[in-house]
Amino acid sequence: MNKLIKISTVLVTSLVLFSCTKKSDSTNTIRIGEFGSMTGTEATFGISTHRGIKMVVDEVNAQGGIGGKTLELITYDNGGKAEDTVSVVTRLVSQDKVHALLGEVASSRSLAGAPIAQRSGVPMITPSSTNPKVTEVGDNIFRVCFTDPFQGTVIAKFALDELEAKTAAVLVDKRSDYSVGLADFFKQAFKAKGGKIVDEQSYVGGDIDFKGQLTNMRGKNPDVIILPGYYTEVGLIVKQARDLGIKAPFLGGDGWDSPKLFEIGGPSLVGSYFSNHYSVEDPDPMVKDFIKRYQALYNNEVPDGLAAMGYDAGLVLVDALKRAQDPTNRKQIRDALAATKNFRGVTGVITIDDRRDASKPAVMLKIAEAGALKFVKRVDP
Amino acid sequence: MSQLRFWSFQAIIIFVLGWLASNGLGDYPQTILALAGINIILAVSLNLVNGFTGQFSMGHAGFMAVGAYVGASWTVYFMPLLGTSWTTDALLSQFSMLSALIMGGIVAGLIGILVGIPSLRLKGDYLAIVTLGFGEIIRIFILNIESIGGARGFTGIPRIANMYWIVGGVILTCIFIFRIIRSIPGKEFMAVRDDETATQAMGLSTTRIKVRSFVIAAFFAGVAGALFAHYYAYLNPSTFTFSYSFQVIAMVVLGGMGSLSGSIAAALLLTVLLEVLREAQTYTYYDFRMVLYALILIIIMLKRPSGLFGRKEVWTWFARKKESA
Amino acid sequence: MSEFVQHIINGISLGSVYALIAVGYSMVYGILQLINFAHGDVVMLGAVFAYFSAKQIQTLQPSISTFFLILLISMVLCAVVGFLIERFAYRPIRNSPRMNCLITAIGVSLFIQYFTQLEFAFGAIPQPFPELMVREIAFTIMGAPVSNLQLMVLGLSIFFVLILQWIVYRTKLGKGMRAVSESTEVAAMLGVPVNRVIAFTFIIGSILAAAAGILSSMMYPRVDAMMGSLLGLKAFVAAVLGGIGSLPGAVLGGVLMGLAESLTVGYLSSAFRDAIAFAILIVVLLIRPSGLLGKMRMEKV
Repeated sequence: MNKLIKISTVLVTSLVLFSCTKKSDSTNTIRIGEFGSMTGTEATFGISTHRGIKMVVDEVNAQGGIGGKTLELITYDNGGKAEDTVSVVTRLVSQDKVHALLGEVASSRSLAGAPIAQRSGVPMITPSSTNPKVTEVGDNIFRVCFTDPFQGTVIAKFALDELEAKTAAVLVDKRSDYSVGLADFFKQAFKAKGGKIVDEQSYVGGDIDFKGQLTNMRGKNPDVIILPGYYTEVGLIVKQARDLGIKAPFLGGDGWDSPKLFEIGGPSLVGSYFSNHYSVEDPDPMVKDFIKRYQALYNNEVPDGLAAMGYDAGLVLVDALKRAQDPTNRKQIRDALAATKNFRGVTGVITIDDRRDASKPAVMLKIAEAGALKFVKRVDP
Repeated sequence: MSQLRFWSFQAIIIFVLGWLASNGLGDYPQTILALAGINIILAVSLNLVNGFTGQFSMGHAGFMAVGAYVGASWTVYFMPLLGTSWTTDALLSQFSMLSALIMGGIVAGLIGILVGIPSLRLKGDYLAIVTLGFGEIIRIFILNIESIGGARGFTGIPRIANMYWIVGGVILTCIFIFRIIRSIPGKEFMAVRDDETATQAMGLSTTRIKVRSFVIAAFFAGVAGALFAHYYAYLNPSTFTFSYSFQVIAMVVLGGMGSLSGSIAAALLLTVLLEVLREAQTYTYYDFRMVLYALILIIIMLKRPSGLFGRKEVWTWFARKKESA
Repeated sequence: MSEFVQHIINGISLGSVYALIAVGYSMVYGILQLINFAHGDVVMLGAVFAYFSAKQIQTLQPSISTFFLILLISMVLCAVVGFLIERFAYRPIRNSPRMNCLITAIGVSLFIQYFTQLEFAFGAIPQPFPELMVREIAFTIMGAPVSNLQLMVLGLSIFFVLILQWIVYRTKLGKGMRAVSESTEVAAMLGVPVNRVIAFTFIIGSILAAAAGILSSMMYPRVDAMMGSLLGLKAFVAAVLGGIGSLPGAVLGGVLMGLAESLTVGYLSSAFRDAIAFAILIVVLLIRPSGLLGKMRMEKV
């Protein structure tokens, strides 16, 4: 009997606690919800993006906020999982009643969270999801980065023109919408310009052994190997490939961008290339200033592309908030976002088109000794 | 009470509770209650096999996955063939939901037969591992079917499950399982649990009895899965791992293997606990929810393996009190 | 053809790791009839301890002696963990029904995994494993390179298993282990120090697990708190395949599992890499539950 009483009290109190913690839709602060992978396999994505966003929020608050209201940043970790993204975004929208959402980096997780944002009328900006399907979810969903049809073409052209490759093999991460999409766009562009895809293999994000797939690829002798996946597996793949005696250079996309890439892949990565949103070597004074401030805040670490995109996403949102008549009115925020034109960010000039995408240039980076990322060329859309 | 009165009474309860849940709670608590409801169905059905029939199945999430994906495919691919309004029109979508639940449950039950017949000839640990294996195979199989999203997940499922459906699902599942326990097949299950050799000696086919309980459990797991699919509107194979099977096992063990009310209470408790701890997590930054979960389980096994209610139901507590009074 | 050879080599490397882990499962099951679910997580701890020790010792240069030093440290730490698990989680429930033991084992496994994931322990982010040895190609067979690491893995596995065979068949402790695996009660009656024997079994198993964890992390240099569960599961299947309770069986099972996985990925599809393990499990349990080298046991009334 005691047990029964104990159980019921726990249940009732929890349910009561729940209703109590429900926040009212107050307008004292402007609440920005952020969801990302702070833990899990692609943790650097979430952490870097968070740092960029936080820099913007702190700077704006230090200057007095917007329209006299402070910006409140509410950040939740989805552990790198799409299912958790659903509950976390639901929480941000219904419980914390945010006015705008920032997230996510991985297209799969953006796709999981976007329908909720769309349904509830909360505008959402993804800083780095490049798969075109994300903004197709609805008119509340925006992005500030380039999309994969463009990125795929950039990589294909680089392979054909700069590396003079005639044949390519692709190793896709089947768990990631980003990887599958980017692989498709690369293949289209490569074949359209006369290249030949000699092999296509796949793995599932989280795998650690790729020797089987690589062995098969080795037999087909491709000129280049395309790895449109995330840094966590790319590092391992490249290492195992070199162990197997594969000499071809590797090419990838912005999923490679992480300080941990070289830690995992090591010297096997030297001589490989990937496309990205920005380069540390960019001489633009705005970029240099951003890098300096980031280093001051974060232990002298150099910001990666994700941090830069997080920063720009934050800037674009703040710009929209300033332009909106009432920065706590979600519809107005959305409309202001849609009207963003020629906004100068750290990663380039951002104009939101009528598909709510941004048309931005990409840079090709080469991995040099000790993991340094060297700027090779810039490709405009 | 005549059957008609009984069922109309149930219908009223379902509508009242459903209304309370939909309107009395905020959005976020609702999602938790919904998950709790789904977990109740899973725990109660698993208890039928693990608790009442004494067979240790560790692949319950696999059947849930089958029900989820079949139900979702039904509404996304099949229903539109009958016309576009079947998932959008308010009245017709109810029928879609019902048929999705039934389809999900039936196919899960069929898979249950497929898995059960070979597996249930094994005993104890081996049965446990084999069911684990089957659960994983089902998941990996789903992972590789591109047309239902594969590794990237199944999106675009219409959200036609609401609190009414979930409450209805919970109540109907509990009633069914409760009645099964009281009936002759139920007695057979318990006979197998208590002394399989004796049951065999009495001329009953223990394999057939075990498969029967297994299939019924699989059916309800499928129903839970279909509800899950249409509530969250997104499915990913990585939800239906052994970890989830284990969470359900934990609920059954905590509640008491052999006590239905125990499973209900434990499922509610653990689901709510997990979410309540997420609140605490934002203050301490340590995600110790699962650590706590595992610790609770170990402590129960060491100190009170019979769980909360052992093999008794909640009302025996009241009966005892009356006796002693 | 060189592809086929390469797949075989890959399979044997992978299989040696499985073999090391499978031996631990087999030993414990042989003695206690308990599937020690936490074994896979001790493997993970082996890798984690190695990771931390490597980070602590600042002046570390990759070399053979570094490798052995880290191996030793990790083996000692894991031995302690194994002992503690047995003493505080398994011994109290030794005479409980099997289902309870299984659930407890699963609980311990999950506890270790999620505890390790806490920020102050290891954290939830996978970390790259430090280079302990300089990797180079030792030789090539028909165009397929074999690295010194792969040789080391195979060599160490064989070495450990031989030592284990010696212990089990040539020492008093081993005799005690064999006695307890026949019957705990009779062994106790005959004066075998059952508790000590069981404790030693766990310690030995954990030492092997530590080695497996480090070797695995050297081949696939990523350490994370969850790496043990799938590895452990596949190694368990290997133990079943070879005949649970049989040490040579565990080794055979491990190598076969590695080959099966490698060939499946190479010739079928990488999608089924994990499924093949479970498929083998199901087939073995349904057709010949005692495994390849195990004894057939009939259940008497």
